[in-house]
Amino acid sequence: MAEFFHMGGYGAYVWAAYAVFAIALIADALTPLWQRRGTLRDIAARLRRDASRDGTIKSRPSGTEDQTQ
Amino acid sequence: MNPLLLWFHKLGSPPYFYRLAGRFLPWLYAIALISGVVGLYGGLVIAPADYQQGDSFRMIYVHVPCAWMSLFVYAFMAANSFVALVWRIKLSETLAMASAPIGAAFTFITLVSGSLWGKPMWGTWWTWDARLTSELVLLFLYLGVIGLYHAIEDTRQAARAAAFLALVGVVNLPIVHYSVVWWNTLHQGQTVSLMGQSKISSSMLWPLLTMAFATHVYFFASLLARARAALLALESGKDWVRGIAQARQANAHG
Repeated sequence: MAEFFHMGGYGAYVWAAYAVFAIALIADALTPLWQRRGTLRDIAARLRRDASRDGTIKSRPSGTEDQTQ
Repeated sequence: MNPLLLWFHKLGSPPYFYRLAGRFLPWLYAIALISGVVGLYGGLVIAPADYQQGDSFRMIYVHVPCAWMSLFVYAFMAANSFVALVWRIKLSETLAMASAPIGAAFTFITLVSGSLWGKPMWGTWWTWDARLTSELVLLFLYLGVIGLYHAIEDTRQAARAAAFLALVGVVNLPIVHYSVVWWNTLHQGQTVSLMGQSKISSSMLWPLLTMAFATHVYFFASLLARARAALLALESGKDWVRGIAQARQANAHG
């Protein structure tokens, strides 16, 4: 097992390369999760604000509409 | 319209794409993870040590697949940029901009892992070799696209400006690919080729191809996840997004 981690003397270089690979891709995989959560939280907060400002009619937030597509 | 065209048209609609991508995502992540583990086991344990480079060659199992991906993702981004500029399809803009950070990550891994191999093998972390330099330019192109996209307030205008930069940068792709042929420099030539015989033993080759498969699948998983997040932000005023936000809130407080 120790021999496996030693990698014939190149252990530090080989494992560092694999560590960079793992860290970069894990960070890449987590980013969209955070983005999506943040966006949904912002929208939910805006909907709550709108609802409390105008209790009876749920108004559409202005300036966010894009009807071109 | 024929059924295929009709489906393509439907795919371009953000709510439909969001739902479909959500259904595919867990499978893509799972396939990428499983094939990645198999490929790494083959590369780190089963493949024999290289007769010249010893065990240091094992970094190719991250270096080479990531280098291939750095070019593949750029080509994918450029193709979507072209569609976005010519036909102004919202989904293509989103896909092009979502692929930029993933491509940058792959390019970064390629450069760092190459540097970590260069130190013991070439005796230097870095040299201004044609392949290394053009790959560094590729990283700057990715960063330029990402930077331009975030510098402009209006998301759709930003995407079109960045898409234009992405298209201009395509000129770098053949330079990266043929740099080892055109210039006689330090970086070795290609060992694996699609056409013709690969100059590598099969016990070393199959883990490499498995890793290439895993990184491709991972790219599409990450792409779909990023595109979904971007579409939510882009369409935050639309009913389908409000529905998702409300459903999530109800779940969290229910």
